[in-house]
Amino acid sequence: MSGLTRTVLWLGLGFLYAPILVLVVYSFNASSLVTVWGGFSTRWYGALFADAPLIAAAWVSLRVAVLASLVATTLGTLAALALERHGRFRGRAGFTALIYGPMVMPEVMIGLSLLLLFIGVGLDRGVVTIVIAHATFCTGFVAVVVSARLRGLDRYLEEAAADLGAGPLRVLGTVTLPLLAPAIAAGALLAFTLSLDDLVIASFVSGPGATTLPMRLYSQVRLGVNPEINAASTLLVGLVSTAVLAASWLTARRGG
Amino acid sequence: MAVPPSLRIRGLVKRFGSHVAVDGVELELVPGEFFCLLGPSGCGKSTLLRMIAGFEAPSEGIVEVGGADITALPPHRRPVNMMFQAYALFPHMSVAANIAYGLKGMPKARAVERVAELLRLVRLEGFGDRRPDTLSGGQRQRVALARAIAREPGLLLLDEPLGALDRGLREETQGELRTLQRRLGTSFVVVTHDPEEAMMLADRIGVMERGRLVQVGPPAALYRRPASRYVAGLLGDVNLIPGRLGPAGAVGTRAVVTAHGTVTAQADGVLAEGAQVVVAVRPESLVLGERGLAAVVEDATFLGDRIRRVLRLPDGTALRASGPPGGGPERGAAIRAGFAPADAVILPA
Repeated sequence: MSGLTRTVLWLGLGFLYAPILVLVVYSFNASSLVTVWGGFSTRWYGALFADAPLIAAAWVSLRVAVLASLVATTLGTLAALALERHGRFRGRAGFTALIYGPMVMPEVMIGLSLLLLFIGVGLDRGVVTIVIAHATFCTGFVAVVVSARLRGLDRYLEEAAADLGAGPLRVLGTVTLPLLAPAIAAGALLAFTLSLDDLVIASFVSGPGATTLPMRLYSQVRLGVNPEINAASTLLVGLVSTAVLAASWLTARRGG
Repeated sequence: MAVPPSLRIRGLVKRFGSHVAVDGVELELVPGEFFCLLGPSGCGKSTLLRMIAGFEAPSEGIVEVGGADITALPPHRRPVNMMFQAYALFPHMSVAANIAYGLKGMPKARAVERVAELLRLVRLEGFGDRRPDTLSGGQRQRVALARAIAREPGLLLLDEPLGALDRGLREETQGELRTLQRRLGTSFVVVTHDPEEAMMLADRIGVMERGRLVQVGPPAALYRRPASRYVAGLLGDVNLIPGRLGPAGAVGTRAVVTAHGTVTAQADGVLAEGAQVVVAVRPESLVLGERGLAAVVEDATFLGDRIRRVLRLPDGTALRASGPPGGGPERGAAIRAGFAPADAVILPA
């Protein structure tokens, strides 16, 4: 690597990660002023766990993320199987567009349209509506990850299973799904982090009593930043990057 | 009642859009027969095999196994098993679990016994707990074979079973495969592009060309009496001498007027007098002596078990002759190259 390439690389990495680094460093600030370093301390982490509304919001976020990723993983895996293993059925192109659509649609639009839908059908807004909304846009991501793996999967393995007398369900359960497991797990982790991160869509479709962690942090920031926010964000960053790293490790791993 | 054929194919056609991959194949196998489908890649042999296994639905025609029509059955209900080209072993299962996969429904103790028996049969005792990716190519091939015969199918399909092995191992495995097939008494259908392999393995060979089964017969018959230039060239080196068909001679033979004189050869096909034909003669059937076509030995190469000579005819045509090592005309000698009418075949040009 030449000197110039190395410089550009570090500039790029710095541009991407310096803000996060600053955030993490200041979460250990003893001073209550965010921008003035007052020595090392973990007091804000203590304050964080004493902040009942924040903890409540974190629980809402976790519950939503778990449920939404379960739903999205199931639907996304089924969608991938339909797309990759059922040939060229009628409306395949349309189905593809419908699955992948929510990934590229502006979040504001998804949030608004879902809000209108929920009001239209008279569904009370709360955890359930956030789960539905998150499952909607996470399904596409799971489908992408699982499809990629399915395309790389040796077709002959499934044919060999069928040849040895296994019906379609046994083939799915004993060959296809076990071999897809790493991709399905990666998709689930991706859905989990996307749900945990989301602010915009949740803001549209949540109701009283269902405030997610990003919503809580955002509303607190509007009243003024304190290092407690930094501490909460640091934990969130840690959780999300762990999940993303695990997902990419699972995707990169060959075999089962 | 007579034993039904282990495989019977009638009028089988497979079209992919406007492309006809398999074109009107008819075939019957007697139980216990070792049959090879031979042809270059893209000739339709694999598609034919996949239609027998049930992975492709025929556009037309019927597939019967053991006297029962299975054309409409899905793969998992067919009484045939297949060994896949790259073996398709389940990477997430042990060798024993791979072999036992088809034994579902068998009492557990019996299945364990059967797996042990199969591992012994393919000389892989002690490998049951290993994962396929820790095995050598030859060992994987044997696991695939054990898995495919576990259900004791009446008909086993093998798609290029030795294609992934290197040369030395391939020859050894050919012998093993042949021995195993005789011992099991199962009909085998092997797809291969290697003529030598087909001749080594098969009771009968079916040669495929552009979706058609152009000739079926025992290896020796196909080698000695090919029905077309394509089959003649596929099964080994051959000299093709062009000419015009003359009148009928002794039983089954006819004269052919060539640029170098009139020769006599076997005529199986129905061809009109005066038709453009070629006379196909194998290099080892050319006898160098006092009779036949005048030629000059242009080159002689010693190959250990034989000597290969290139003969040049007066008009520049080259013929290849091979004979026993030691003796015979040297390079530059003027000789005559003849052949017995029984050793040459007249084919359409």
